[in-house]
Amino acid sequence: MHSVVCIKQVPDSAQIRVHPVTNTIMRQGVPAIINPYDLFALEEALRLKDRFGGTVTVVTMGPPMAEAALRKCLSYGADDAILVSDRAFAGSDTLATSFALTSTIRKIMENMPVDLIFTGKQTIDGDTAQVGPGIAKRLDCQLLTYVSKIVDVDLEQREIQVERRAEGGVQFLKTAMPCLITMLEGTNEMRFGDLDDLFRAARYDLKVWNKEAAGIDDAEMIGLKGSPTVVSKVFAPRPRSQRAEMIETQDNDPKNLAVTLLAKMFTQHPKLEKEIAKRAR
Amino acid sequence: MSEQAKKPARKKVELDPRFINYRHVWVFVESERGEVHPVSWELLGEGRKLADALGVQLCGVVMAGPGERGRGICAEAFHYGADQCYLVQDPVLTDYRNEPYTKALTDLVNTYQPEILMLGASTLGRDLAGSVATTLKTGLVADCTELVIDAESRNLASTRPTFGGSLLCTILTQRHRPQMATVRPRVMGMPEADTSRSGQIIEVPFSMLETSIITKVLEFIPDDTRDKPNLPFADIIVSGGRGLKKPENFQLVWDLAQVLGAEVGGSRPVVQAGWIELDRQVGQSGKTVRPKLYIAAGISGAIQHRVGMDGADVIIAINSDPNAPIFDFAHYGIVGNAMTILPALTEVFKSHLAQARKAG
Ligand SMILES: Cc1cc2nc3c(=O)[nH]c(=O)nc-3n(C[C@H](O)[C@H](O)[C@H](O)COP(=O)(O)OP(=O)(O)OC[C@H]3O[C@@H](n4cnc5c(N)ncnc54)[C@H](O)[C@@H]3O)c2cc1C
Ligand SMILES: Cc1cc2nc3c(=O)[nH]c(=O)nc-3n(C[C@H](O)[C@H](O)[C@H](O)COP(=O)(O)OP(=O)(O)OC[C@H]3O[C@@H](n4cnc5c(N)ncnc54)[C@H](O)[C@@H]3O)c2cc1C
Repeated sequence: MHSVVCIKQVPDSAQIRVHPVTNTIMRQGVPAIINPYDLFALEEALRLKDRFGGTVTVVTMGPPMAEAALRKCLSYGADDAILVSDRAFAGSDTLATSFALTSTIRKIMENMPVDLIFTGKQTIDGDTAQVGPGIAKRLDCQLLTYVSKIVDVDLEQREIQVERRAEGGVQFLKTAMPCLITMLEGTNEMRFGDLDDLFRAARYDLKVWNKEAAGIDDAEMIGLKGSPTVVSKVFAPRPRSQRAEMIETQDNDPKNLAVTLLAKMFTQHPKLEKEIAKRAR
Repeated sequence: MSEQAKKPARKKVELDPRFINYRHVWVFVESERGEVHPVSWELLGEGRKLADALGVQLCGVVMAGPGERGRGICAEAFHYGADQCYLVQDPVLTDYRNEPYTKALTDLVNTYQPEILMLGASTLGRDLAGSVATTLKTGLVADCTELVIDAESRNLASTRPTFGGSLLCTILTQRHRPQMATVRPRVMGMPEADTSRSGQIIEVPFSMLETSIITKVLEFIPDDTRDKPNLPFADIIVSGGRGLKKPENFQLVWDLAQVLGAEVGGSRPVVQAGWIELDRQVGQSGKTVRPKLYIAAGISGAIQHRVGMDGADVIIAINSDPNAPIFDFAHYGIVGNAMTILPALTEVFKSHLAQARKAG
């Protein structure tokens, strides 16, 4: 059983600050982490390896520093790691990213057939959820998004059954392998890697592929050139024209504050008063 | 450019000749088992403005199984602003599956060539949009919060939050058609239905054999929605945050909600601590809400919370810290201890409403 897990290194967005004047992201000092949603994909792949044996290969496209994210994956128990890194990838949108990752996965397949490809549900920076569907379409394999459970894998018949979160319910689906699974969050819990894996991860000679190594000859398909979307403007959300009207009373007694608030609010928003009266019991 | 040269007349932006045949604004009307996802109506409301700005038609795309009420859904789409609907009904479209839906939608786009195609950023819409955009090799902008037409170039300028809402960016798809965008439920307002409107239904045949489709739906188990909160469509929401300190104190939020007939919501930390259910989380990784009144107690107003509730008509914030960011965008603010302000509000609302009832 060979699974390829696509992971992305992202800035820990809880710690992202925006420069107040230039409106640029201040990345300095912001720790880079594995996209949290991708850990559910990796753990699921590791569980399948526990059950069926085989190999888990992790792949990321990113700058050289993304190596750290791959080593972390190795320490959790992934067997092999590939960093796809080339200046030519800079500015890739999701269409160009899925092109580069698909080409990489095809290269991996040349050495060892792939049964399943995993991605996270979405990232916390780009946050589009488009790369998984893009890879599946380009590989011409079946797409299973928002998978909450892998119910059964039949390696003989090359079939897989999953539960998938759909609109308004759960779908039980059966499909053929290889297929691409985007894993829903909260469906499993990442294991603690063991000590052996930790040491192996630190020493592991992970592969770094440039675009040629990833099988890409046509630079028109990647980077800014391969990206139909163009970011034309980045700006900070506009503050509301007015700050909140602060409700104060002389004594600041809670009840008096509440009375003052209601009087003000219902004078300024008479319709709201009717609305509340209508529905309140 | 030389300074002496006569200032050239402002270059007119010519529409790329490849795009001349791409016309009209499309909205994918998402339905399952005859039920339309409300985000589709919100998109038609938004699409109407775009179509008017471009001077073109607004078209709905409806896909369903043969026995389902496809024409009924088209009729509703006209009420919400569509001029035309493409209707595809086929047995393989009964349950949503990526492969037949992607094929049906890309076939339609290739045949009728819209300039804009919008889908809801629901689980279905995100699954479908990414596959369709990749097949068409065109740009797809995710989770847009604002869509406007650049009058000169006829391009769609799609604005979306990024880095968890700390920044907004405007994205163009200048060199490809159609321009695709998804919008999250409740980000746009619900348009008023005009039942006097009608339009043209164009039925389009689709032939895909079930035997050629690899993924099979073995079973569908609908969610039990009986006791599920529906925050996105609640008119009044009372929310609590980490400032409430203890799970027991959340009762104060429930008490006020009870008096107001409101839903209860919360910030992510209180959901993660298990004080309230996941369905009640408001924000970037929770629900987007648009109530008439939103009361936030002990919530700091982090950007990831704000993006989920900024569309409320009136926001009341209660926070002990006068510098809490929530006061920058709430309408009314009370600086104080939520544990005493909430019960006071409950009491005062209660007596005010009792009086209002008596007055008739
Ligand atoms: C401000 C801003 C806004 C943007 N908006 C858009 C937009 O609207 N449309 C658009 O097409 N592009 C957009 N992009 C570009 C997009 O963020 C990048 O293409 C990014 O590399 C992949 O998209 P994502 O982060 O949204 O991934 P998602 O599609 O959310 O990721 C889903 C999964 O794919 C896998 N994955 C994603 N990226 C990688 C990677 N580099 N290596 C390995 N696996 C990966 C992971 O498993 C991940 O969980 C935007 C970029 C910026 C900076
Ligand atoms: C990728 C990502 C996604 C996220 N998604 C979401 C999301 O969907 N929704 C969400 O809410 N958050 C989300 N967050 C988290 C968000 O960044 C904030 O951490 C969170 O909103 C803070 O919750 P809070 O306001 O309850 O807590 P805090 O920020 O800790 O604020 C507590 C507030 O209570 C006030 N307070 C303290 N004591 C009292 C008192 N006695 N009376 C009144 N006020 C008091 C304090 O002054 C403070 O302002 C996300 C974060 C990330 C990184």
